[in-house]
Amino acid sequence: MKKKKRYFGVTIMILALVFFYLPIITVVVFSFNGSKSLTVMKGFSLQWYERLFRDSQMMDSVYTTVLVAVIATVVSTIAGTLAAVGLSKSRRVVRDLVLQINDFPIMNPEIVTAIGLMLFFITLGVERGLLTMILAHIAFCIPYVILSVMPKIRSLDPNLADAAMDLGATPWQALTKVIVPEITPGILSGALIAFTMSFDDFIISYFVTGRGVKNLSIMAYTMSKRVNPTINAISSLIVGVITLILVLINLVPFISSKIKNKKNLTEV
Amino acid sequence: MKKFSQLAVPYIVWSVIMLLLPMVLVVFYAFTDSGNAIMTFTFTIRHFVRFFTDPDFLLVLWRSLKIAIKTTIACVLLGYPVAYFIANSSDRQRNMLVLAITLPTWINMLVRTYAWIGLLSKGGLFSTLLGFFGLKDVEILYTEGAVLLGMVYNFLPFMILQINTSLCTMDHSLLAAAADLGADGVHTFLKVTLPLSLPGVISGISLVFLPAVSSFFIPKLLGGGQYFLIGNVIENQFITVGEWNFGSAISVIMAMIMMYSMYLVRHIEARNSGNARKES
Repeated sequence: MKKKKRYFGVTIMILALVFFYLPIITVVVFSFNGSKSLTVMKGFSLQWYERLFRDSQMMDSVYTTVLVAVIATVVSTIAGTLAAVGLSKSRRVVRDLVLQINDFPIMNPEIVTAIGLMLFFITLGVERGLLTMILAHIAFCIPYVILSVMPKIRSLDPNLADAAMDLGATPWQALTKVIVPEITPGILSGALIAFTMSFDDFIISYFVTGRGVKNLSIMAYTMSKRVNPTINAISSLIVGVITLILVLINLVPFISSKIKNKKNLTEV
Repeated sequence: MKKFSQLAVPYIVWSVIMLLLPMVLVVFYAFTDSGNAIMTFTFTIRHFVRFFTDPDFLLVLWRSLKIAIKTTIACVLLGYPVAYFIANSSDRQRNMLVLAITLPTWINMLVRTYAWIGLLSKGGLFSTLLGFFGLKDVEILYTEGAVLLGMVYNFLPFMILQINTSLCTMDHSLLAAAADLGADGVHTFLKVTLPLSLPGVISGISLVFLPAVSSFFIPKLLGGGQYFLIGNVIENQFITVGEWNFGSAISVIMAMIMMYSMYLVRHIEARNSGNARKES
């Protein structure tokens, strides 16, 4: 009985993984297609990779995506961390109110946040383009950073900073040498969320951009009608980079522990 | 102490300008008629009247809600067994499986949805597979089914992860207690596991239902130009037609419906957990 149930579970699990990975595998496979078709493979070729690097519009969008994601991540991680530290020491009313506003981009449908920011930039008369995209990304990334840093601060001893300052640390030192090291895991996961949110964002970027500034998502959207396998090529490269990073993250501790074991053995 | 609370001041200013003000503007535009300059606005509920008296718009709204509900039900039914399996695996396996489910979400949503165009179109993998079963010339791409599939594909991971988290954090000694008290597997599941995992299901529902209602690139990519959802209407008003006031009004209506449905779900959950406590 128990075993039977396990088989059922394994089957469902495998089906789910096939479902999730099938499109990704197709993207990678068809990026090497000899023809333009998205349904039939006609030989192996690297032509789409070659075209990708020659396609200036495509390369521009890669550049925009990375640039926006890096700036948004750095700014929102620093600003979000400082804001979270500040809010944790603020009066309760202020904190609750700000956290409520902070929840807007998380709770609201993305399209509402997007048109809100669009109307905001239009009303102010700011010309939409790269700058508005970066500002919008910072705006929706900070809330996620605060959300992941805040619980770490809550679990901190509230007297920690005071103790450091009593012992002669300046507030700046108390912040950077005492508080920040304690909440680093929260800051890092906040930064990771911010980066992936920004890197993959479509809806908000689509509404706040202008003057032909496009990120990868917008490129993919505008290509929905005419088939363009270069999008497969760039996606495959991204899949490759992500896989590589994951392998490294999982392999490095494994190898270093192996080396340590060996050292211990030789020492013994 | 005072010094640290001052760190929040820049963000308070920023969040009022960049997060609160845009939402105020959406509501403002929804209730006004303006020329090109906002100084000449007049208040009106014309846009709301226009939406609710036009059968075409109401049909689109109804269609959006319907497909979002279908997506949510499909995600609960498919996601629960998967999450249950993951939660009952060994620690090592569980971490691997959670990573395996999370990984695809790191790859651009549009690109993953784009890949389905190839899989579903004529001569693609799926129509070939269906051909083996004697179902030739079945059109999948650019149908409601394709949009539903795309939505389930995009949002199912969130449901699985939420349910898995609530299954993992529940008190496992309760299962042993139920077994000691003579409950069989089915009873234990229905009376202990399921109610305790309900919060995960609820937060999963909000993570699936809300983006499904407002989604606009999935229907555009997989539904072709014909299958319009409320998100597409909003996009059209802003990008193509340029009627920001009307577009804002539709967004306000959509946001209201979402808030109400989430309130409803939370309310049902609260009542259920109240009942469960009463029974025990």
